[in-house]
Amino acid sequence: MTAIRKYWIALIFSGLSLVAFSQHDNTQQAGDQHEHPTGSTQDPNAAPSGAETAHDDCGHPIDEEKEGEFNAGETAVHHIADANTIHLVGDLYIPLPCILYAPGHGWTLTTTSSFHPHHHGSGEVSKNGYVLVHGNVMRILDPAFATGAHKIDEYRHKDAKKDGKSVILYYAIIDGQCKPLDAKTTYDGGMMGGGITTFYDFSVTRNVFTMLLTAFFLFFVFRSAAKAAVRREGQAPKGLQNFIEPFYTFIRDDVARPAIGPKYEKYMPYLLSVFFFILGLNLIGQIPFFPGSANVTGNISVTIVLALITFIMMLFSSNKHFWEHILWMPGVPAWVKVILTPVEILGLFLKPFTLLLRLFANITAGHIVILCFVGLIFIFGKAGTSVGGSISGLLAAIPLSLFMMALELLVAFLQAFIFTMLSATYFGMALEEPHHDHH
Amino acid sequence: MLFLADFSVIKPEPGLLLWTTVIFGLFWFMMSRFAFKPIAESLKKREMDIQSSLDEAKKAREEMANLQAENEKLLAQAREERSQILKEAKEAKEDIIAEAKERANAEYKRKVESAIQDIENQKMAAMVALKNQAGQMAIEITEKVLRKELADKKDQESYAKSLAESIKLN
Repeated sequence: MTAIRKYWIALIFSGLSLVAFSQHDNTQQAGDQHEHPTGSTQDPNAAPSGAETAHDDCGHPIDEEKEGEFNAGETAVHHIADANTIHLVGDLYIPLPCILYAPGHGWTLTTTSSFHPHHHGSGEVSKNGYVLVHGNVMRILDPAFATGAHKIDEYRHKDAKKDGKSVILYYAIIDGQCKPLDAKTTYDGGMMGGGITTFYDFSVTRNVFTMLLTAFFLFFVFRSAAKAAVRREGQAPKGLQNFIEPFYTFIRDDVARPAIGPKYEKYMPYLLSVFFFILGLNLIGQIPFFPGSANVTGNISVTIVLALITFIMMLFSSNKHFWEHILWMPGVPAWVKVILTPVEILGLFLKPFTLLLRLFANITAGHIVILCFVGLIFIFGKAGTSVGGSISGLLAAIPLSLFMMALELLVAFLQAFIFTMLSATYFGMALEEPHHDHH
Repeated sequence: MLFLADFSVIKPEPGLLLWTTVIFGLFWFMMSRFAFKPIAESLKKREMDIQSSLDEAKKAREEMANLQAENEKLLAQAREERSQILKEAKEAKEDIIAEAKERANAEYKRKVESAIQDIENQKMAAMVALKNQAGQMAIEITEKVLRKELADKKDQESYAKSLAESIKLN
């Protein structure tokens, strides 16, 4: 039975990757499509003769706003985003491995330090056609720069419309010429200004690093507790073991057992893993400096994977009774069934969707609010030029941030709990045996 | 709204999707195998230990109560037996005393009877002896009287005659 399930999981994953790579086949076209509008609307680098004037067409330098006014929203959005570097302090960055793949160009394995990151995490040189803009790897579309290292004078960006959606176009100024940059591939289907582009970023990013760190830390903590449990068998628990066990019994007695029922034991490892994984990442994201501050559970890619695992587990747990209630609800008139069945099928897919959206939105919102409150210091101080303003901003920001951080601490636990609780509830729904009462 | 287009956290990225799958998958596997399993086992074992200890304590308490009840029962039994024995002893004592009395009475009676018999015998013997003595003495007196009265021949014959007559009459 389990072997069949494993086979099915493998099949689903291969199916997913098939979808991913079938999209990838369209990449060239998508990339071309992406290139064409930029080329046609601005035509920045089509004619090398117009290189001098091209600067104006490439928008503003990316760090320009910082000089004049402080944009708290933009800063917050930048800070919650994933990045290919970890910012320590000032111009000090921890380099991270970059694993980049461009169809037709192959793999590029390097580290962020090869881009020579300096102010605001933007690289001074390109590497194999890739550049680092505000800590994110981008690719120069011009094949002339596809290999070797080129000095980048400046990065520029501007607002644009693409298929009616507002997008930001980035440019690198190399040898006085304006070169359009391509962002990494995202699977938002262009709805959020992303889409499939000319390259894929499989790098160990800030979020991946934080995930690894959290996973190792949690494993270390739980392994010590487990070792203590084995070593001190027959004795009262002590120390770390005593700290961990109530969490375990909480998930078991208050989440798994009531929600799933007698078959709960099989789901315990997943529920515990997902609870502590989310909780650990939520909490480490609260730390405002290294190794924290990464907004991992507030990134939809992470919540998609977790919700998808819950969804797949739910489908594999499901019995006849569950499907009967979705596809053809017993004891309901036929005309109601016609309405009910589409609603139930929609509900089936809404379950993981709300699961991933809830966690993502809660954590991201928390991070943004805290960052905006901290941003008060800079807004009041006119981006740091007025000391008096900064102090009054500080007086406003400290209690507000403190309150939000306390609230976020609660949210960190709450969201981890809700995700686990709802996962358990879905498993319980899928496993539910028919009652003997009449519907 | 320049920055909203840069709101990258809402865009699913292949790299992060892949890494999350790998890291969470490994985390799940490692944790369930090396951390949750021993913890679960130890907790289960401890819970069972506690339950069995409680059960044992309850059982011991019940046994204790049983024992106590039994003890009390035994004690009551012993008490009853004692009183029974005492009662029996009393009865036996009374029996013995009664028997002894009876026997003593019988003996006494027997002794008295035999004494009476003895006395009777003695009396008879004494009477016989007295009779003999008295007879002897009467004979002697009679002899003396006779000797004196029958000193003459005539008297002797008249007397013999009267005697013979009295015998004849008998």
